[in-house]
Amino acid sequence: MSLIDGRTGAWEIVIGLEVHAQVISEAKLFSGAPTAFGAEPNTQVSLVDAAMPGMLPVINAHCIAQAVRTGLGLDAEINRVSVFDRKNYFYADLPQGYQISQYKQPIVGRGTIAIELPSGETRSIGITRLHLEQDAGKSLHDQHPSLTYVDLNRSGVALMEIVSEPDIRSADEAAAYLGKLRSILRYLGTCDGNMEEGSLRCDVNLSVRRPGGALGTRCEIKNVNSIRFVRQAIEYEARRQVEVIENGGTIEQETRLFDSAKGVTRSMRSKEHAHDYRYFPDPDLLPLKLAEDFIETIRRTLPELPDAKKRRFVSAFGLGAYDADVLVAEKETAAYFEAVVDARDGTPRRDPKIAANWVTGELFGRLNEARLDIARSPVAAPALGGLIALIADGTISGRIAKDVFALMFETGKDAAAIVAERGLKQVTDTAAIEAEIDKVLAANADKLAEYRSGKDKLFGFFVGQVMKATQGKANPGAVNDILRKKLAG
Amino acid sequence: MAVDKDTVTRIARLARIQVPDADRAPLAAELSNILGWIEQLGEVDTEGVAPLASVVDMKLRWRADAVDDGFIPDKVLANAPDHHDGFFAVPKVVE
Repeated sequence: MSLIDGRTGAWEIVIGLEVHAQVISEAKLFSGAPTAFGAEPNTQVSLVDAAMPGMLPVINAHCIAQAVRTGLGLDAEINRVSVFDRKNYFYADLPQGYQISQYKQPIVGRGTIAIELPSGETRSIGITRLHLEQDAGKSLHDQHPSLTYVDLNRSGVALMEIVSEPDIRSADEAAAYLGKLRSILRYLGTCDGNMEEGSLRCDVNLSVRRPGGALGTRCEIKNVNSIRFVRQAIEYEARRQVEVIENGGTIEQETRLFDSAKGVTRSMRSKEHAHDYRYFPDPDLLPLKLAEDFIETIRRTLPELPDAKKRRFVSAFGLGAYDADVLVAEKETAAYFEAVVDARDGTPRRDPKIAANWVTGELFGRLNEARLDIARSPVAAPALGGLIALIADGTISGRIAKDVFALMFETGKDAAAIVAERGLKQVTDTAAIEAEIDKVLAANADKLAEYRSGKDKLFGFFVGQVMKATQGKANPGAVNDILRKKLAG
Repeated sequence: MAVDKDTVTRIARLARIQVPDADRAPLAAELSNILGWIEQLGEVDTEGVAPLASVVDMKLRWRADAVDDGFIPDKVLANAPDHHDGFFAVPKVVE
């Protein structure tokens, strides 16, 4: 918990998040129009999505399965009966004049998400519910001086609204919750988690109170569309509420908009327009009933989720909690790492700790520089495994391996080919190393005398000279051993 | 349940229906009568009876997740009072 220091004492922040996650499906929730992002305006629209009179919604079975799958992944109750309601309001990009949503009886009930905090502490955040609903269309306000342009391509796309309990106490916790939820959705394959394209959107409900005291009045901050903005919006809004209260004012329950350019929240809808959605069951849709075998079939196909994978990486591979967290956050990274380690019958073929260092160190560094994601890495996982094998069997030194990796990244060739081509094989032949050492000692007689008179810090100098003379190919262990003997005289 | 004139004004606003001031009081009386008539249903004892969603024994129909619609922008835009470059064009609604 992080408290805010106000003029009149400490304040606690209470946060609940509502996340809208776009369901991965081919067609929309209630029509056969496609869901792909970025199509020409109003091309991915059926007459159902455009709300033409007499058109009737028919529910997409896969969207139901995706919601159930997500519920199971959040360890939540799956409601065998749920109901679709109409949420009534008028807006230019909502052709029906209502959104089909779920109100009193959502498809998924209570669940939990475990979050890891920067301190290493783990907290459990409650999920209140998950329900299915239609997305609205998209309004463009900047294309014409006096008109708003409306594109209905997104109208009717299936969304899962995932509501958390007001269990979150800081911007860090909110960021961790959102990151973890995104990761779970991506593992499950129910939402692509792309915040830039709007596949994952977040509303923040925030109030402040004296630590442990009665809940304050909350404000809802709409459409905070990156984890960074969630942090900014929370920090700004919490300070604002504390200032209002400390200056003798009261917080009005209202909807606010986050202005990402200025980093502030501002009032969005005045009170006289307070929404009254007049929910009622949609008469076009019967209650949604789920059979046990439908749910069980989905349960059997659940993948290993980030928490379980992390536990396995720690217990089976001996990784530290931090490395394991980094590796499991994105399912593609976890899959890459596992392919590098290449465990068969539970026995890793490459040292997992070394593999973790290479993936989170050299590989992440190069990918970042090249602005590539891991799925498009020029060095495939088996190739990195091959490089690690060459270090393990003494073919190349760890130092040379970094150069080899750089070449692999540039050329896409495998490690063995580069080592052979460039003659980078480590010199382990002690006679050859001895000969090089003798040459170095002969050429540096003055330094040798200094060393022998007690200046033993010069050892590093001699190692450097020998490695330079062998272009780094001499086995460092052998160089150390032989050099020590020769220097002792 | 009685509906008063203020309630009529509010729900007319929410439904975007323009109701002249003179019509609101009579409308309140009419709506109150209708609601009173429906409220007679409250006299029936429904203790332990599950809510009924449909009078015929039907299940919600499910469809397969297949694209079989869309790609008809001309039809979608056909009744729009105004459209530009494939978009519906409406009076500016930004707040």
